Amino acid sequence: MAAPVLSLRGVTKRFGGLTAVNAMGFDVSEHEVVGLLGPNGSGKSTTLNLISGALPLTSGQVSLWGTQISGLPPQTITRKGVSRTFQLVRLLPSMNVRENVVAGAVFGHRRRWGGEARDHADQLLDQVGLGGKGDMAVGQLTYIDTKRVELARTLASDPKVLLLDEWLAGLNPTELQIGIGLIRSLRDEGRTVILVEHVMDAIRSLCDRCVVMAAGSKIAEGTPTEVLSDKEVIRAYLGDDDA
Amino acid sequence: MSLTGSDLRNLVLAALALGICALLPLSGSGYWLGLGVTIAMFTALATSWALFSGPTHYISLATAAFFGVGTYVTGLGIDSLPYWGLIGIAGAIGAVLAALVGLATLRLSGVYFVIFTLGLAELVRQVITWVQNNSGQKGLYVLTDLDEAGIYWWLLGLVTAVFVTGWLIGRSRLGFALRIIGDDETVAAHSGINTARAKVLLFMVPGAVAAMTGAILAPRYVYIEPSLAFAPILSFQVVIMALLGGASRLWGPLVGVIPFTFLLEAVSANFPNQSTLVIGVAFLIIVYFLPNGFVGLLDRALTRTGHRREA
Repeated sequence: MAAPVLSLRGVTKRFGGLTAVNAMGFDVSEHEVVGLLGPNGSGKSTTLNLISGALPLTSGQVSLWGTQISGLPPQTITRKGVSRTFQLVRLLPSMNVRENVVAGAVFGHRRRWGGEARDHADQLLDQVGLGGKGDMAVGQLTYIDTKRVELARTLASDPKVLLLDEWLAGLNPTELQIGIGLIRSLRDEGRTVILVEHVMDAIRSLCDRCVVMAAGSKIAEGTPTEVLSDKEVIRAYLGDDDA
Repeated sequence: MSLTGSDLRNLVLAALALGICALLPLSGSGYWLGLGVTIAMFTALATSWALFSGPTHYISLATAAFFGVGTYVTGLGIDSLPYWGLIGIAGAIGAVLAALVGLATLRLSGVYFVIFTLGLAELVRQVITWVQNNSGQKGLYVLTDLDEAGIYWWLLGLVTAVFVTGWLIGRSRLGFALRIIGDDETVAAHSGINTARAKVLLFMVPGAVAAMTGAILAPRYVYIEPSLAFAPILSFQVVIMALLGGASRLWGPLVGVIPFTFLLEAVSANFPNQSTLVIGVAFLIIVYFLPNGFVGLLDRALTRTGHRREA
């Protein structure tokens, strides 16, 4: 395996007496799509929050291209090239669709401003399927379109690593196919992605590798087929009887 | 930086309005000139206040602190330094003080910020009172040959500077960053914005402007003492005027300052002891009926006519 873009070593997060993430460690190579799976409450989103700097680590280390990024504030981590979406979509209500995307382009990893940022935003809106909707208010958008705007904003600074937190959650079956197609297009562009996901179809068709968590710890790692037939993983999801 | 046609038109209109305002002292009416000074003073204070509080939604009650510091800069230095130099020094001190306050409080949530800024004015006032008591002095005489017209023109210059600064910030990355912070601070940080630095930088603008306003107005008071220079009512008046006009536009506070100044003037002429009551009632009315100020009313009217046109 080539030198990893992102690596986690002994990453631990405690909230008082509760250990939400316990000594997590895995690597992500360039152009790789890694799925982070696990039952509800297993610490997937917390792990993502630790990588993006939304939460400080209790111990351990996250590094990007071999340089430590854990301990840095989220804006610095974003500028170094780690960009994320949120589990519950967060858009900027006072701005139109285009400005929401420009917001991601101005201060991030690769910076653009003025006409360049606007053109770049329009291009990304085309890419995520919102071509021509740049002047709309975000309040007028359907649910999947708000997710598209957030994705475009995340892409706007040309991030090295993309963190998608349950980006496909809550979509209806038709939207889900569109959503999977969209993330596959990111994969085909050679982007490096970590996605927290519950949708098995998406995991099978999108991920090169999966890391499975249960109760804050890593219990399995491998290709989707490997981990989904792993006894520990089945036990974590379904209980002892089915393992 | 390129200017569009409407930018140029607005600039010409603004310059024209400024020119007309500058002619006020030539009218020869002391009454109108006095009102002009008050309006110019509150325009500078409320507009600069809204530059920070409009996008960030942090309600600052520190205006009186910065204003008082400014008057004392002039009061202490008028015998040894030129007036214009003192205004500059007051601005610098105001900016530094605002940066310190910002570094200490802007990481906290809004409520703590409000209380801290209110307390700041009290703190500075008490410190100065204590120093004066120890030195046996009660107040300071500010004697200059500056007349009301001179003060008015200085304030008008400051107002112009505030509008130009606000206009430039609105077009800058800093202005855009603050709009994002106002909408969602988490998104702002995850978009690469150093939210603390952006807020501190912008908070320095109202700090500097309020201190300069105080420095300019000190000669008008002739005799300054802490209870006058740091009167907390000033902070509240500025907030009410800015909110009455609307803090979401650069020109919004101006629309609040003018009617409110006339209202206060009418009240203090007819019911000199009830002006605080009027401020309180005005505050309630604004909060209940005009949460977004006159600007919000106008926006709503515009959307309504816009919809009708579409239909």
